[in-house]
Amino acid sequence: MIVGLLLAAIPAAGQAPVSKVRRTADGKPDLNGIWQALNTANWDVQGHAAQAGQVIALGAVGATPGGLGVVEGGEIPYLPAAAAKKKENFAKRLTEDPEIKCYMPGVPRANYMPFPFQIVQTPKVILMAYEFASASRTIYMDKAPPSPADTWMGHSVGHWQGDTLVVDVTSFNDQTWFDRAGDFHSDALHVVERYTPLSPDALTYEVTIEDPNVFSRPWKMSMPLYRRLEKNAQLLEFKCVEFVEELMYGHLRKK
Amino acid sequence: MSHQCVAWAGVLAVSWLAGAPLAAQAPPVAKTRPAAKTWAAPRTPDGQPDLQGLWTNSTITPFERPKEMAGKEFLTEREAADYEKQVAENSNRDRRGATAEADVAGAYNDFWFDRGTKVVASRRTSIVVDPPDGRIPALTPEAQKAAAARAEVARRPPTGPEDTGLPVRCILWPTVGPPMLPSGYNNNYQIVQTPGYVVISIEMIHDVRVIPLDGRTHLPPSIRQWMGDSRGHWEGETLVVDTTNFTGKTAFRGADQNLHLIERFTRTDPDTILYQFAVDDPTAFTKPWKGELSIRKTPGPIYEYACHEGNYSMAYMLEGARTQEKASARAAPEGSR
Repeated sequence: MIVGLLLAAIPAAGQAPVSKVRRTADGKPDLNGIWQALNTANWDVQGHAAQAGQVIALGAVGATPGGLGVVEGGEIPYLPAAAAKKKENFAKRLTEDPEIKCYMPGVPRANYMPFPFQIVQTPKVILMAYEFASASRTIYMDKAPPSPADTWMGHSVGHWQGDTLVVDVTSFNDQTWFDRAGDFHSDALHVVERYTPLSPDALTYEVTIEDPNVFSRPWKMSMPLYRRLEKNAQLLEFKCVEFVEELMYGHLRKK
Repeated sequence: MSHQCVAWAGVLAVSWLAGAPLAAQAPPVAKTRPAAKTWAAPRTPDGQPDLQGLWTNSTITPFERPKEMAGKEFLTEREAADYEKQVAENSNRDRRGATAEADVAGAYNDFWFDRGTKVVASRRTSIVVDPPDGRIPALTPEAQKAAAARAEVARRPPTGPEDTGLPVRCILWPTVGPPMLPSGYNNNYQIVQTPGYVVISIEMIHDVRVIPLDGRTHLPPSIRQWMGDSRGHWEGETLVVDTTNFTGKTAFRGADQNLHLIERFTRTDPDTILYQFAVDDPTAFTKPWKGELSIRKTPGPIYEYACHEGNYSMAYMLEGARTQEKASARAAPEGSR
């Protein structure tokens, strides 16, 4: 009995104490809920100082907040030609960032945009519903059909490794960016995500990015995801198509 | 024929005869086994009737009863078979136009659609079941004015993106609703349940309805959404979903922001969900009305339907309208000379 009490009081090294992990009926960590990142990765996944925005009218509102970055080791290992392309993307970010056009944001960007997303977890499938652009994805935990084509949100196949949800994401198109700073990928992108409970209200989210067309080696991002604790938390609509129609089609309006 | 026409051409769905034996849906087996009536849905680990899986609501039964079927609530088996044959032939024939332009504009045969091939199992002649004439009740004078204004906008070449329909704009499809009604294609759904939620992932256009079951109140009236704000609860075997807080812009069949929608999902056999909806909007309709259809299991899988990301139609429609205007502006002075 005393031994049992002692054991219960001492967290196992390297993982969250089991007693603190909420579990589903099938014994897996319960990731159900509304989550959100609290960082500036959507502006720039690499560390960056605050800087002025590009739209004068937006003043302080349009400025980029500084951030420590979420890339392990700090630097993204671009191949030389890709590094040049990233620079070009950065210069043209005001017109080229797919977020501006309300396009589905891709993975992992969808998980660290300044919008909540909801995880809906069952043994066979895990749905992720994103507030931004009503984007969504299905993670197949059971039988995964083959992906018929390249997609914006990728083709996700998951499994549990202990208390970590591991999701292998492939079949991406080359249209999404990782952030507003022009960090990009090709359609050879392969993403592996790892979701590990850190506490009842936080997850550790780790991502491995592999794309031999763009990067000299695989690289990693990691960050916490936080539970939205508001009692009435719910995803609201952010159907941004309506908000970008003037930008995209305004020049075709009847004068 | 615009994309908009294509989008709405397939607004047809299955109806369901309330209280009819399940025989209608799966004739050979259920007809001889009335015991099927007592079939109860399996339960999720937290005890909810289990609606999970991949589903479709495609059908060729029209939303409202066609005028030529006035007074006829049901088709006979023979009539249903004839109707199915006629619709299949009509929608799959090659529409050849006199000019290349007309040829292309009318070229949408069934290669482009996935509307289903069958009338509803009950052989009802419309999805609208109440009023009994299968037609939506008259709009209030106010709503008629709004509908006429919308129709006027739809008739003219679009002056801007907001003149086109919500599906053309990739904002809202009939498949999403709510109510969730079949359209021309991709009428597919995935339902997932967790303790406290029923979640419906809609293939077209990747919208997700997250329906909380915890008895929370609706959003305050100041927050309005295209898809409204849904709250669910279980009444026995039936999931009841109450939706309010619509925008006036959604304009479902002439409804305004006061639309109060109640949907009922009842799994009636392993392959069928009876889907019923009741529309109440006293400022838009002169009386409440109801519809129903059945949602059937589908093998899937469902795909990512990227609508806005590939919406070339919008730019082309607007470019077309501007080009027409220029052409007629050029023609006018010449004609007056």
